[in-house]
Amino acid sequence: MAENVWILGIDMTRFGRHKDKDTLDLGSEAALGALRDAGVGIGDIGVLAAGNLIGGNGFGQLLQKQIGQTGIPVYNVANACATGATALRVVVMAIKSGEVDTGLAVGVEKLSGAGLLTGNARKEEGGHWVRDGRYGAVAPLDGRVGTEIMPGVFAQIGMEYGYKYGGVDFELFARISEKNHAHSTLNPKAAYQKRFTLDEIMNDVMIAYPNTRPMCSANCDGAAAAVLVSETKLRTLSLEQQRRAVKISASVLTSDPWTEGCQVLPDINTLTRRAATTAYEQAGIGPADLDLVELHDCFATAELVHYDNLGLCEPGGAADFFRSGATWRDGSTPVNVSGGLQSKGHPVSATGIANVWEVATHLRGEAGPRQIEGARVGLAHVIGLGSACGVHVLERAAA
Amino acid sequence: MSRMPLVDYLVLDDEPHLVAAECTACGARYFDRRSACAHCGGVEFGSADVPTEGVLTTFTIVQFAAAGVEVPFVAGVVDCGGTSVRGNVVNTPPDPEHVTLGMRVRLTTVPVGTDSAGIEAVGYGFEPV
Ligand SMILES: [Zn+2]
Repeated sequence: MAENVWILGIDMTRFGRHKDKDTLDLGSEAALGALRDAGVGIGDIGVLAAGNLIGGNGFGQLLQKQIGQTGIPVYNVANACATGATALRVVVMAIKSGEVDTGLAVGVEKLSGAGLLTGNARKEEGGHWVRDGRYGAVAPLDGRVGTEIMPGVFAQIGMEYGYKYGGVDFELFARISEKNHAHSTLNPKAAYQKRFTLDEIMNDVMIAYPNTRPMCSANCDGAAAAVLVSETKLRTLSLEQQRRAVKISASVLTSDPWTEGCQVLPDINTLTRRAATTAYEQAGIGPADLDLVELHDCFATAELVHYDNLGLCEPGGAADFFRSGATWRDGSTPVNVSGGLQSKGHPVSATGIANVWEVATHLRGEAGPRQIEGARVGLAHVIGLGSACGVHVLERAAA
Repeated sequence: MSRMPLVDYLVLDDEPHLVAAECTACGARYFDRRSACAHCGGVEFGSADVPTEGVLTTFTIVQFAAAGVEVPFVAGVVDCGGTSVRGNVVNTPPDPEHVTLGMRVRLTTVPVGTDSAGIEAVGYGFEPV
């Protein structure tokens, strides 16, 4: 039986614009914060997994040159928006394998002002048509054959749910965004802490129907890091460290299995369902046991489908589930009490560790005014388009 | 001939249509150049004509796009007799009153532009039936 793995220390920077800090400043701040929170030093760390998509190659080693070059193995990981969760997963695997007893996972991104992250700007036309790429396309396809921008891709994913099950409209998606922005007012680490009315959300700039600007994740700067230990190692540490430690009862990473149409519009459902099912089995719990969930609401249209994918509601019942109030912070399954990616922000590689930080902070009873009282079990979910899905189930240490 | 298709899977004859690479082992269909089948691993493909009529199973109305991309436009997925196809919905106003989930649409051609040799590139879209 492989070792249980625990979070010994975890930290995230405030998300938002950090004009005077670069990728290494932010990554160092989160990593040093996680070490301090864990009560260990860089010399105790046996493996480092590091994620950063925008800053170039070798981020992990550059980080070491700031916080400690101890000669340990570094895994620089990349998995789109699931990069942070992938870094965590790498450390979990290293500890479960028995090769190390303590490891550090870090994710960081500088994205303020980045605008749309996909979609190709058109080149000047003229000259001769030349077939290019695997479709033999003579001109860029973005805008001519569908859309490549993320707000548009995820809009279609939400609308597809509406086609299958009905009961879904623009206002429903806007109300999901209203919830997350309301939640963010209690989170001092959120990039935006502004409550919006439903009218304000629906009448804001339309990006890709039905996603208006506040219904899209906020590009921002931020970092998050976690120190993980084996259960054997944890039992040698102080009672205070053991009391604050958070158990990783499930750690799962999946990719998207083939389904009809999945290469036409990404299917983010299959891999999330597979990850959730496996995670519940690993943890020996069911969705009804969850006291809070942080899920990947990169767009309001995405949050809806993940209620269903994570089994929080009956199949096909996501719209009714949301309308029942279940996912507000005073509901039966609070979802994105941090404000979610729409208001907390989405510094891509940091996201998959920051949502674990949010859940862990509630399980420790340290979430202040936004604390979900008595939280014992929580789930953190991310999706990286392409696709990768990370699900972590966390449990409070027995008192 | 002074016309060429925007993509290899568009056939411009008297009745323009799309053609998919179909895995001979499992029937999975693809529109790109294949190395193997992502469903079953098969490496032999035949070619299959895709029905030109279908149902719009999802869409978005893009208002904000990369530089040079004309907005607004409607991007969607059409179920053409069991084969999902990506494409724009054209020849109808790009608003949720005129574009609805489940509407029936059919393939049509769309001009892309003419190069310096006078060759016209032709793309496709789906219009309401
Ligand atoms: Zn096949």
